[in-house]
Amino acid sequence: MATASPTISQTEEKSFLRDNWILLSVLGVTLILILYFYNQNAIVTTAVLAAALRQSTPLVLGAMCGILCERSGIVNIGIEGTMLLSAFVGFITSFLLQDALGPGAIWVGVVIGVLSGGLMGLLLAWMSVTLRMDQIIGGTVINILAVGLTGYFYQQGLTAGDKLRAIPLGPLADIPLIGRVFFDNPPLTYLTLLLIVLVHLLIYYTRWGLRTRAVGEHPRAADTVGVNVYKIRYVNVILGSCLAGLAGAYLTLEAVGSFERLMTNGRGFIALAVMLFGKRTPFGAWGAALLFGFATALNTQLQFADINIPHQFVGLLPFVLTILVVAGLVGRTRDPKALGTAYSKE
Amino acid sequence: MADPNPSDSRILRIWDSFKSRIPEIWSSISVPVVAVIISLLIGAIILLISGSNPLRAYGALLEGALGDAGGIRRTLEKATPLIFSGLAVAFAFKAGLFNIGAQGQLIFGALVASIVGFGISGIPAIIHVPLALIAGATAGALYGAIPGALRTFTGAHEVITTIMLNYIALNITDYLANGPLKDPTPGNIVARTPKIFDSAVIPDLPFIEWLPLGFVVACLMASITWWLLWRTTLGYEIRTVGQNPNAARYAGMRVAQTVILTMVISGLLAGLGGAVETQGIVYRFQPGFNVNLGFDGITIALLGKTSPFGVIPAALLVGAMRAGASQMQFRADVATEIIDVIQAIILFLVAADMIIRWIIRQRAAAGDGISLSSGWGSNS
Repeated sequence: MATASPTISQTEEKSFLRDNWILLSVLGVTLILILYFYNQNAIVTTAVLAAALRQSTPLVLGAMCGILCERSGIVNIGIEGTMLLSAFVGFITSFLLQDALGPGAIWVGVVIGVLSGGLMGLLLAWMSVTLRMDQIIGGTVINILAVGLTGYFYQQGLTAGDKLRAIPLGPLADIPLIGRVFFDNPPLTYLTLLLIVLVHLLIYYTRWGLRTRAVGEHPRAADTVGVNVYKIRYVNVILGSCLAGLAGAYLTLEAVGSFERLMTNGRGFIALAVMLFGKRTPFGAWGAALLFGFATALNTQLQFADINIPHQFVGLLPFVLTILVVAGLVGRTRDPKALGTAYSKE
Repeated sequence: MADPNPSDSRILRIWDSFKSRIPEIWSSISVPVVAVIISLLIGAIILLISGSNPLRAYGALLEGALGDAGGIRRTLEKATPLIFSGLAVAFAFKAGLFNIGAQGQLIFGALVASIVGFGISGIPAIIHVPLALIAGATAGALYGAIPGALRTFTGAHEVITTIMLNYIALNITDYLANGPLKDPTPGNIVARTPKIFDSAVIPDLPFIEWLPLGFVVACLMASITWWLLWRTTLGYEIRTVGQNPNAARYAGMRVAQTVILTMVISGLLAGLGGAVETQGIVYRFQPGFNVNLGFDGITIALLGKTSPFGVIPAALLVGAMRAGASQMQFRADVATEIIDVIQAIILFLVAADMIIRWIIRQRAAAGDGISLSSGWGSNS
């Protein structure tokens, strides 16, 4: 195991520039444009960028769910359903407890929302690891179940007393542009930025991450040297689904403040696109999520300015880009070798 | 089965041969049947926990779905697009492909059928109806060809491309129904296309008003699909590619071509479903009217054991639940989404059939399992 470690991480680091040149160059061009527009109109530019970061938060969390699952070899197309269910559970919890706990109820809601995401992860792991069910069908079960459960228990017109508010980080928040965008956010957005770094460290710099990647590539070999394939997959899918749960809690308890039917609106599937576009790396996913978030924010701004590009055109952009990436027409992704296949110990 | 009359030897013979086949029939339908029963029981428990009376709820559901001629018609109308999307998914399964994109293919079929329906006037129904149906089917087929070609030429997995294509279709049709194709009727603020001409509306059958013609077309398509799969060379190739692509290649079959063709036919079935929905029920294209039909197709294909004729009873069951749901909401005050919960449990139990086989102590027959997913993209 120890000898395998440098080889995997070295090749990945060396090819990072080559693999991600599209994403990097698009981000580079965007950065130059941002500076130009900031010079023209500082207030609008700052507002658009802040909105881009807000839009990107649930996407990058969902994408990291996908990363943890797929790195260990499990396909998760149930991210959408997991997000939706957690958004609902988190919201209802905070709603029911707000009289008893006051402002603390929101935080209990966040925790319960994350845990309900983990529970969905447990269900997916049970289906795909223990029952060896087809993983696409497993994800579909979760998606339909979430639509059904949230719709069945939904009650019209519930609104929470409050949502999580922005906490400016002292003098950092006063830096022009960067301060407003990055250091004047509500707590879950900060937490997400921290989690991107943590998941990166987990995957590339810990024994757990190495084992996860080994299990995703060649479970038989990992098993032979004593890695518990089932445990690695269970834990990664549950951890990942907790992140998708956090994305759901973010939507109801930080972004909107209430729950609506089907409110995830495809974000779980965009998260899959973000994950693939970012080549299953946390920072790559963050870049892709920012890009998609930026497109959405810019779109909204253009509507305000009466420049009418139909919003649907920007809406379909992530999906077209993802097809191009998956098809290898723009860069290439490499799947973990054992992705989507159940492992049986014999 | 009625009690056979012992004096009539012919009926007795038929009864005997039927009786001897009961174990065989039971073993092929036991998993879906038990899955549905368990799911309804779990649904009843959820109803009980949330303070509703399950008997009342299911009673209202049943009455709404089958209580009178209107109910039966509603059930058949709801089942019709489900048969098509179920057929689309089941057909692709046979070639080892997972068409999650039935949704996108279906809404493109519905949109294009509506364009032909309101865009062309002054032709008789006998030409207009089939013309719009064919246009819708063609749109679905072309949209299905995209993931097929991507799979063949680039290796991109159809699951991810069809998910993406669903959202692309959603955005494009939403834009068209909001913009260039929006119903220009004064006062209309809804995103929808104009109403199709009467000559494009699928007519009712004379005398049997509870039976929509679209449902008959759906059953006909199921028969054609069965024939294509089991009685033609193409069907043989498709099944071989699905079971073992390497063997198919070794036997000289054109695997690439078969994969594309399978997706084209699968898309055609879904697109035709959309067209029937437009011309038989909605009479225009309206975004959001047929959401989830694609995912329902997955449940139905699996519940019908991916057989074209199995799809029909599966679609009838789900169609009946959807048709009776509003009656259940009205009479028993139960939210219609309980149907989705039950459906998710059905899908789970059918896919994890080892649980049911364990319950009824039955062994799996060869080739019963379904396993398709492996990787997303072009592996360089």
